[in-house]
Amino acid sequence: MVDQRRSPAGAEGLQRRRFLGYLLAAPTLAVAARLGADTLAPPEAAAAIPSPPEPADILDLGDALSLAAMPTSNLIAIQVNRDDTVSFAVPRAEVGQGITTTIAMLIAEEMDVPLEKVHVTLADARPELLFNQLTGGSNSVRSLYDPVRTAAAIARARLLSTAAGQWGVPASALTVQNGVIRGSGRSATFGSLAEAAASSRTEEVSAQPKDAAKFKIVGTPQNRIDARDAVTGKKQFTMDLQIPDALPAMVCRPPTIGGTVKSVRNLAAVKAMPGITDVVVISSGVAVRGKTITHCMDAVRALQVNWGPGPVDAESDDTVLKKLQAATLPLAVPPVLTSSIEADFVFAFASNSALETNCAVADVRPDSAEIWSGLKAPITAQEEIATMLGLPVTAVKVHVMQGGGSFGRKLFGDAALEAAEISKKVGKPVKLMWHRTDDFRHGRTHPMSLSRVRVNYALGNVVSYEQRHTSVTTDFGHGLGELLTAVAAKLPVGDIGFSQTVFELSQSMPYNFGATTQLLNEVPLKFHTSSMRNVYSPNVVCARELIVDQLAAKMGQDPLAFRRSFFKDERHRAALDKVAQAGQWGRQLPAGMAQGIGFHAEYKSCSAVLVEIDCRPETVNRKVRDGVTGPRVTKVFMAVDAGLPINPRGLEAQMMGCINDGIGLALTESLHIDKGLPLEGSWDNFFYTRQWNTPPEMEIFVMPANGEPGGAGELGVASSFAAVACAYARAVGKMPTSFPVNHGTLSFEPLPRVPSIPDSPTDGLSYVS
Amino acid sequence: MPQHTFVLNGKQVTVDTEDNVRLLWVLRDLLGVTGPKYGCGLNVCKACTSHINGKAFNPCSVPVSDIKATDEVTTIEGLADAESGALHPMQEAWLEHDVAQCGYCQPGQIMAAVAKVRAAKAEGRELGDDDFDEIRNICRCGTYFRIREAIKTAQGQM
Repeated sequence: MVDQRRSPAGAEGLQRRRFLGYLLAAPTLAVAARLGADTLAPPEAAAAIPSPPEPADILDLGDALSLAAMPTSNLIAIQVNRDDTVSFAVPRAEVGQGITTTIAMLIAEEMDVPLEKVHVTLADARPELLFNQLTGGSNSVRSLYDPVRTAAAIARARLLSTAAGQWGVPASALTVQNGVIRGSGRSATFGSLAEAAASSRTEEVSAQPKDAAKFKIVGTPQNRIDARDAVTGKKQFTMDLQIPDALPAMVCRPPTIGGTVKSVRNLAAVKAMPGITDVVVISSGVAVRGKTITHCMDAVRALQVNWGPGPVDAESDDTVLKKLQAATLPLAVPPVLTSSIEADFVFAFASNSALETNCAVADVRPDSAEIWSGLKAPITAQEEIATMLGLPVTAVKVHVMQGGGSFGRKLFGDAALEAAEISKKVGKPVKLMWHRTDDFRHGRTHPMSLSRVRVNYALGNVVSYEQRHTSVTTDFGHGLGELLTAVAAKLPVGDIGFSQTVFELSQSMPYNFGATTQLLNEVPLKFHTSSMRNVYSPNVVCARELIVDQLAAKMGQDPLAFRRSFFKDERHRAALDKVAQAGQWGRQLPAGMAQGIGFHAEYKSCSAVLVEIDCRPETVNRKVRDGVTGPRVTKVFMAVDAGLPINPRGLEAQMMGCINDGIGLALTESLHIDKGLPLEGSWDNFFYTRQWNTPPEMEIFVMPANGEPGGAGELGVASSFAAVACAYARAVGKMPTSFPVNHGTLSFEPLPRVPSIPDSPTDGLSYVS
Repeated sequence: MPQHTFVLNGKQVTVDTEDNVRLLWVLRDLLGVTGPKYGCGLNVCKACTSHINGKAFNPCSVPVSDIKATDEVTTIEGLADAESGALHPMQEAWLEHDVAQCGYCQPGQIMAAVAKVRAAKAEGRELGDDDFDEIRNICRCGTYFRIREAIKTAQGQM
């Protein structure tokens, strides 16, 4: 099945493809393009006992998203401006993943304009785009690569033909460099031709984007286009907006998830507090609006509320685990006539909180509304807000702000919806910010899951691999649901639900393990959940790779050699070989230290990771004030094959983030659910990887260009998590089955449930350093 | 309403507000200086790290009444050379290593790094891995490795 996940067309075939686009009627040159579908290769046979192709091999989640986006993508437009700049409002969110830089590179490449002349902004919610304005599934590059290049190619050709017409020479006699057209002794900048090149009517044209062999920018490391703004404090996030009269607002939240307000005992008194302008009951708690966040926090803490119960008040870690165990689907292949390995792995709840807490600015008027927020599904947010306010969708303007991280959190417009509700109720604009404690306790989580794996092996082969993944329901209610439900009908996966579709389309087995089944079952508890970076894969793949190490040991093989011999795809072998060589797989380490490898393929990309971990007592027991130390990952080597890497520097950055996510998930990062609420309320409770946990040595290898771009933003989480888990198992001599490995120890004193947020300290000057 | 005067990025400012309002919100909500970010309000995440009289501190945890009229508060907006506009070597190193991803924590990271290098230089030494391990600033995008590399580059230029 070599190359089954690649496009069948060779590089030559791809370069010859023509794409359709549109000249748009506009004052200066404007060009739009539509999406080309991925063409798909038939599976080929391979060695060992071949596994039949799974849905994710034939058509993965990204393909499904691309497919659904097709009919509307012709509305993606590039504008050439009189000042020689080129503008493009990308219908995606920028949350740190670097999509604005990537898109700017594609346009600069195709048009031969300097990168700094390309201005990429974030499009407002555009309901006419239907499903083509969703950022997720590491799909942005895959879905935008062809249309953006097509539009840019049409724009360049139109500018060339305009100059040729004016100068009375054939376009073929002209050259373009740095946005300047030259020929027959004359020159003109793109900007000077922008009006003349504009079309008076919309017409369909075709284009042939540049031959990949001629790329000068694509494939070269470029810095982020917003880097300077980021290091000077100029980069503007939602809470940095200065919207007239949009005073800060916060919400007093219940002591359990989803609890409701029965009554407020001192509403009038709180409203009379200094600097407070409004106090109103809303669906999620009691909202306050005031002069500063300090005024709001004081008011939230002063509120005395009688709370009604929430839907999960009876649930704690242990009750949820029992429900998952009870719901685990049966394994089908009995452990007979062969040797067998079976294990259960438990993965705790984890927060997908970004550093920027949920926030939004809302200005709701009687007949219209304007919203600003970091949103990955802005159309869904717009539709929900319109519905809540009783306004037509067209009366609700939704601006997509640069997000301070997402990790899945910004798929939901929780803050935007809440801010709109508050603004409507107080009749004034508000700038709503969630407190950090609220973000951990009432924000969304990656739900607890249980993965049961059984493998049968005989005569040097793996005969069957079964994985039964059972999870608290992941909420996909951000509108993707409609999309995939619609698309699912066209897929070979049959009549399955939405979560099942995501699971089926994202999970694939890179090894020839005979009869392979990976099934999802969900337990519908009303926690606030959502996707977290890499969704199901980190947990599913961690369990799988630990079992792979067990298999290798049982079958007397080295873990690296074992994986190599069972891989289906040469690309996978090459990536693993890269890290094995760079990381000196098998080198001697002191007792208590060990290497581990992990591998994961998804989004038509793959990543292999080799780590070294130090589990010696002097390392594990080192002290950091209010921090968790434990085992230290000392070295990481990662190889990433993302097909065509458009910006290797950005790709490395994404992998670096994935590595730190994987380390956290394996060792330190979880939520403890206790009677309906996570106990965690601060970054010194939720132990995401900190400087003292991060590997001092890290090398990331971007594999050579290899076909069309695959997805990569989330790619490395699963492989990193698995590699750390496998290394830990070897270092301590026992396979861990519960993650993160320190979840059994509560390493902090939980903040109280009432008041819902802690007071800010007042002793900051005693920590001056 | 009490008045509070201090020096902000080289200029004297005065605000009218209650004594207990934390300096972060004086900066952000009253003065419109938004480089220092909110990440916890608990002196934990360090996203708001700025300088007071050249040393790192977290304005989320300092009541404005604790700030004296002569105190010089510097936020990321005041780190570049005021006259020439030239970026600080730490900012330049950040660009060289393309550290930022979402960028939200980066003003605080840079301000913390500058103070850390200054403190080490005052002791006549350079920063090493053990010093980097002491940096508490959260970067949820996980740029930690590039942060270390940028600090190593910048400390030679400071």
